[in-house]
Amino acid sequence: MPDSQASASTLPTRFGVPSPLSALLFVAFLAFFSWSLAGAGISIPSLISGLPNMARIAGEMVPPATDRFLPMLQSVLVTFQMAIVGTAIGLVLSLPLAVLASRNHSPHPLVRSAVRGLISFVRTVPDLAWALFFVVSVGLGPFAGTLTLIVDTIGFCGRFFAEAMEEVDPGPPEAMAAIGAGPVDIIVCATLPMALPSLINTSLFALEKAVRSSVVLGLVGAGGIGAELAVSMETFRFDQASTIILMILVLVIAVESLSSRARAHLIGGRG
Amino acid sequence: MNAANLSNGAIAPLPPALEVRGLSKTFRNATAPVWSNVSFNVPAGQRVAIIGGNGTGKSTLLRCCLRLIEPDAGEIRLHDKALTGTHFRHLRRMRAHVGFVFQKHNLVPRLSVLTNVLHGGMARARGPRYWLQAFARREEREYALHCLEQVKLAHLATRRTDHLSGGQSQRVAIARALMQQPKMIFADEPVASLDPQAGEEVMETFAELTRAHGLTLMFVSHHLEHAMNYADRVLGLRGGKLDLDTPIATESVASLRTLYA
Repeated sequence: MPDSQASASTLPTRFGVPSPLSALLFVAFLAFFSWSLAGAGISIPSLISGLPNMARIAGEMVPPATDRFLPMLQSVLVTFQMAIVGTAIGLVLSLPLAVLASRNHSPHPLVRSAVRGLISFVRTVPDLAWALFFVVSVGLGPFAGTLTLIVDTIGFCGRFFAEAMEEVDPGPPEAMAAIGAGPVDIIVCATLPMALPSLINTSLFALEKAVRSSVVLGLVGAGGIGAELAVSMETFRFDQASTIILMILVLVIAVESLSSRARAHLIGGRG
Repeated sequence: MNAANLSNGAIAPLPPALEVRGLSKTFRNATAPVWSNVSFNVPAGQRVAIIGGNGTGKSTLLRCCLRLIEPDAGEIRLHDKALTGTHFRHLRRMRAHVGFVFQKHNLVPRLSVLTNVLHGGMARARGPRYWLQAFARREEREYALHCLEQVKLAHLATRRTDHLSGGQSQRVAIARALMQQPKMIFADEPVASLDPQAGEEVMETFAELTRAHGLTLMFVSHHLEHAMNYADRVLGLRGGKLDLDTPIATESVASLRTLYA
């Protein structure tokens, strides 16, 4: 650099010196992580000895079996139906809860806190726990799975719908209030249309999520293709398992691609 | 200038559309009031410009007059009925008689122009039918289109409002206010976000419509020329009080500019 451009100010250091507390926390984290490697059961010998098994199972998966193709297809259909119905009912129930949980539309801060708490609780309990609870309550089968998906959707959409409503421009709702519109009119005519892109996005993600989790729900007896997968694995019919995995793959990809098309189409529409 | 004296002296003896007595407002966490002890009457049919520097509380005053922001003290009577202290349900009915046009039009994006205008009638025609133009009664749809004709935008009835220009959006907002069948229109810096040409058109639209329908108009503006051209009277806010209340005929742009000194 030419001398004429040399600055009189001192250049700042590239990195700040960490405080003793952050240095201590970093060391503590490293120690905990090393301990966790043992806790997580990481074992290279087991991995190496397991490799031939993996190769054998993978070999047995090819070619995929077609002997139970139709019943499997029916189970995939049931899985999809559970996901559609569970998500739809969950969405309908999420909307009023989200209104009550949103800062700008809740009738009272206490109501807001209570509803937020309920939604958080529903979301925090894992879906497998809900599935086991419903299987015990209403018996084995798709109904237990659908109930799980409803609850799961409420936990997911309740929160994101409320946030979407809180983020809308306050101007149009204020204009509706100035007109003399009631609270429900304001929510339906101003807040919801403005939050719509976000609501549609969240709903379609909820559907994709439901399709994926409805597969797992079958493993604990909550209906659908997951039950077939569990049986195939337990009876060492890996060729059947691979058919099921391919079917699930097709279903998930189909739902995801349909939902992204729907997203583009719905968000561009006229009101 | 003394606010009270001038407001009493210059006004024709018409029944007041708006009466404001001793209004004060202090925002939470603020050390000083926005303004205090503001009093004025607006006779029916009068056009009033509210002027003042940034942060003098012009928009707050307009919003307090409809209790969109709650004033801390004072009394407001709208068309001879008490607005302060009234129950929320009654307040909604009273608001219905006042069209409010905002600086940023505040139309609902994604909905059609006709639906947005139709929402202006929400206080008299309410319920799920009126949420979208597609389900509304024929008479209401026709009236909404008639309101759009008055702002010369009937040909854009089916367009989404987020596909309009700033000037068109503001005229749709005026049509929405007309849909209310208002006795009075409040406008909060209605041309602040528009180019000069579109701004003039919007102010002309206000002038024509208020004349044609005999409406009372209160508008906030930073354009002193607009105050001179479109108002009968000017209210000026400065230093936390109503510092100017005078008929426009006695003022000039230069004399109004002293308010900003």
